[in-house]
Amino acid sequence: MTASFGSVALTLAFLAMLFAVVAALVGRKGDERWVLASRRAVYGACGLLTLCVVLIEIAFAGDDFSLNIVQQHSSIETPNFYKLAAMWSSQEGSLLLWAWVLSIASSLALYATRSKLREIVPYATAVMAGVASFFTGLMLFAGGVNPFASLDPVPADGIGLNPLLQHPSMMIHPPMLYSGYVAFTIPFAFAIGALITRRIDASWIRATRRFALIAWALLGFGLLLGARWSYTELGWGGYWAWDPVENAALMPWLIGTAFLHSIMVQEKRGMLKVWNACLIVATFSLALLGTFLVRSGVLQSIHAFGDSTVGPYILGLIAVVLIGSTALIVSRLDDLRSEKRIDSLASREAVFVVNNLLLVALCATIFWGTFFPLISELFTGTKSSLAAPWFDRYTTPLAIGLVLFTGIGPLLAWRRVSWATAKRVFFVPSIVAAVVGVALALFTDATHKPWAFVLFVFAAFALVGLGQEFWRGTAARRSLKGGSMATALVAIVSRNRRRYGGYIVHIGIAVLLIGIAASSSFQTNRDVVLRPGESAAVDGRTITYRRPTAEVDPEKFTFGAEAVVRQGGTTTILHPSRRFYRPTGVRSGTIANRFDGEATSEVALQAGVFRDFWMAVQPDITAVLGRVRAADQGFRACVRGAPGTPPQCRAVSRLMQAAAANPALRPVAARQIETLQAATAERIAKSYLADSAPATFRVIVNPLVAWMWVGGLIALAGALIGLWPSRGRGGRPLVADSELEALKEAKYREIRDAELDHAAGKLSDEDFALLDAELRNEAVEILDSADGNPEKIPQS
Amino acid sequence: MLVDPQRKRKIRLVVALGVAVFLAAALVYTSFSASTEAKEPSQLLSAAPGTSYDLTGKVVPGSIRHHGQELNFRVADRDGGSESIPVSYSGTVPDPFRGGREIVLTGEVEHGTFIGERDTLVTKCPSKFTTTNDS
Repeated sequence: MTASFGSVALTLAFLAMLFAVVAALVGRKGDERWVLASRRAVYGACGLLTLCVVLIEIAFAGDDFSLNIVQQHSSIETPNFYKLAAMWSSQEGSLLLWAWVLSIASSLALYATRSKLREIVPYATAVMAGVASFFTGLMLFAGGVNPFASLDPVPADGIGLNPLLQHPSMMIHPPMLYSGYVAFTIPFAFAIGALITRRIDASWIRATRRFALIAWALLGFGLLLGARWSYTELGWGGYWAWDPVENAALMPWLIGTAFLHSIMVQEKRGMLKVWNACLIVATFSLALLGTFLVRSGVLQSIHAFGDSTVGPYILGLIAVVLIGSTALIVSRLDDLRSEKRIDSLASREAVFVVNNLLLVALCATIFWGTFFPLISELFTGTKSSLAAPWFDRYTTPLAIGLVLFTGIGPLLAWRRVSWATAKRVFFVPSIVAAVVGVALALFTDATHKPWAFVLFVFAAFALVGLGQEFWRGTAARRSLKGGSMATALVAIVSRNRRRYGGYIVHIGIAVLLIGIAASSSFQTNRDVVLRPGESAAVDGRTITYRRPTAEVDPEKFTFGAEAVVRQGGTTTILHPSRRFYRPTGVRSGTIANRFDGEATSEVALQAGVFRDFWMAVQPDITAVLGRVRAADQGFRACVRGAPGTPPQCRAVSRLMQAAAANPALRPVAARQIETLQAATAERIAKSYLADSAPATFRVIVNPLVAWMWVGGLIALAGALIGLWPSRGRGGRPLVADSELEALKEAKYREIRDAELDHAAGKLSDEDFALLDAELRNEAVEILDSADGNPEKIPQS
Repeated sequence: MLVDPQRKRKIRLVVALGVAVFLAAALVYTSFSASTEAKEPSQLLSAAPGTSYDLTGKVVPGSIRHHGQELNFRVADRDGGSESIPVSYSGTVPDPFRGGREIVLTGEVEHGTFIGERDTLVTKCPSKFTTTNDS
């Protein structure tokens, strides 16, 4: 029932998206009815895909094992939370998620632009609906990936979800990454529309900037969650491994970062148009590449998702996107000429260009390293891969450069900065950075790792510079309007959300990089083998293996340790352990098969402001395994009724014989055996406590790693502030409802920005007077053209 | 002293491109020498001793034995050939490691045994992004 209903909904969604493509193209010359029809078709498809997702979720919640997807990824015993999230741990569910999120994003984008960008919108609709119909069509026609594939006869139970994936951050991480990938479709689609119609001013950027920022924030948050999961769950203690699939998600994020910066230059100065078009095409292609890599098995990756049927299709889409966009950009080169040139190398736009080059270089390096196995196979015939040290060597200097520019960029004003002004704004940050450098060199061993040392100094510069921005902005506001520091601070941030939201993101990134540099350069990582009662010294701490712990339940054995960590006067007790599961989907069987499934480390983590103490244990269970095998053999003998078995066994074998003759007795016999097995397993688990077997402890002391997560969250908060719509004064709508309105808004913002820069001391009086006059002239021009001829809008 | 701005821009561009080309060349050059060759067990049986390789393949189910700190197991080709190579490894074992899983391990061949470097064992995640039902 669900299956046929869902298949119909999915097919209709596919047809609606196809119709949207056709209708948008028919209406491209300004036939409003067709454009309206295409927009409504996208809304409709969004509704239908929402229905599909709801149907699948209902099936998961209600244990409807007639659906293949539910049977394969859930079971009656799967916790409810994971039932709802199990959809995207499947191939078909993840494709549905892609299509669904894209339909939502497209609908939002089309609603926001319903009375704007009349020329661009039809083409953008065609691109968005085209991509959506591609993914919907993939589910319907690629074979084996239809989420509504059904099973007949209906199984009684499902296989269940792999215990390694049963972790909250693992459930949020995939949809975050997907939403990030998907949301980049929107700016891409509008860029294509702008290129086709040759309307290459900043209007497409203004319409889609928010989507790019949302995509960037979601992708970044997804990456952070993945790193966190790896750190706390995977038992190796690292958060980044330069694995192809990790890199695949990082690359669009880096280029997306570059794009978010360089579009500001186009918005304000009408420059870098070719560059922006290339960046968004690259970002979108890299997002598709990420989707592809996960599913293709082309590269060796710890995220082994195996070969699947959809890989070649996605590769085909990437090829179409790349070739089509390149041809389009080349054919529009004349229209893409900059309206202005960079006035001075000491200006914000020049710094943005440098930051863009660094980000692109970083991405290119990672791209080369990620695809090196394929490249080397091409040239030398053998697949060779590059390990983490290679990536570290090249990315570190680039990251250090970026930290410096997160500090320099915000200190410079647009257009030009005079020498005297530069001296004024750089003075305090440089002095503080120098003091920090000297202090680090004198009182810590930071200079042993020169790269990390340089990064700390640059990060100090950036943080002080950004702090100074907030300070001067607040002071300027107070001198105008009075009030307390706090109210002035809130006022400037809420009135200039884009600017200060961006600065907060910069603060977050600088803090995050401090965390990464400190934890990767100054980490202590030791493996110690201890028997119960023994101690070892690690990095000034005494670690004592006080006693082993053991537990058993129907699905797993848990062997762990109670360890005492002493440092100075403080004593902490930690309980790391390791769990051994039955294979996913198997709920009974021998005692030994609890060791055939996944084994997961339960890490003991003592997080701190200055350092994390991380501990995992690898118990030696050789003796336990021997006992388990012997017990299983005993059971088999028992069930067969071999001679010389103990009395309780005789009862079981008699029961088994009776059950062989009488099927009604079988459940009773099975229950009896299960009870006995459970008791035996319990005894064996307890026997581990008396073994005093050695256990291997992995101990990691990770300085400042907590700041990595804190920095990430600060950056996310900054992005949210930057996204939040500014409340229009005097009942102005939240989103400018016409292109002209948007243009006016942008110009007013530029004037406000210049005033703020002047008040904060970043613009000298002369420069400000010049700039202000220029901007006001431009604003008057816009207003004039609006009065005279509402249809004609000047190119900003 | 006054340089034609057009000319200045050109010089700047040439310098920037030169630096970029130089860096790219360095990147390409070092990546070939820094990389390790990936080999499957059947290729490794005839490999030169003393050279570092990335062993890739599937852990033979039931072959895993713990000997104190050391872990011994056999690895077979990914597409399931009959040949397998004995592996000796010490260091952390990723959670997903077990028989039948694909692994990547850096190390050298010594007397017919592949000796893995500490902490280089990578096991593929158990995800279900396959269209077959054998996951």
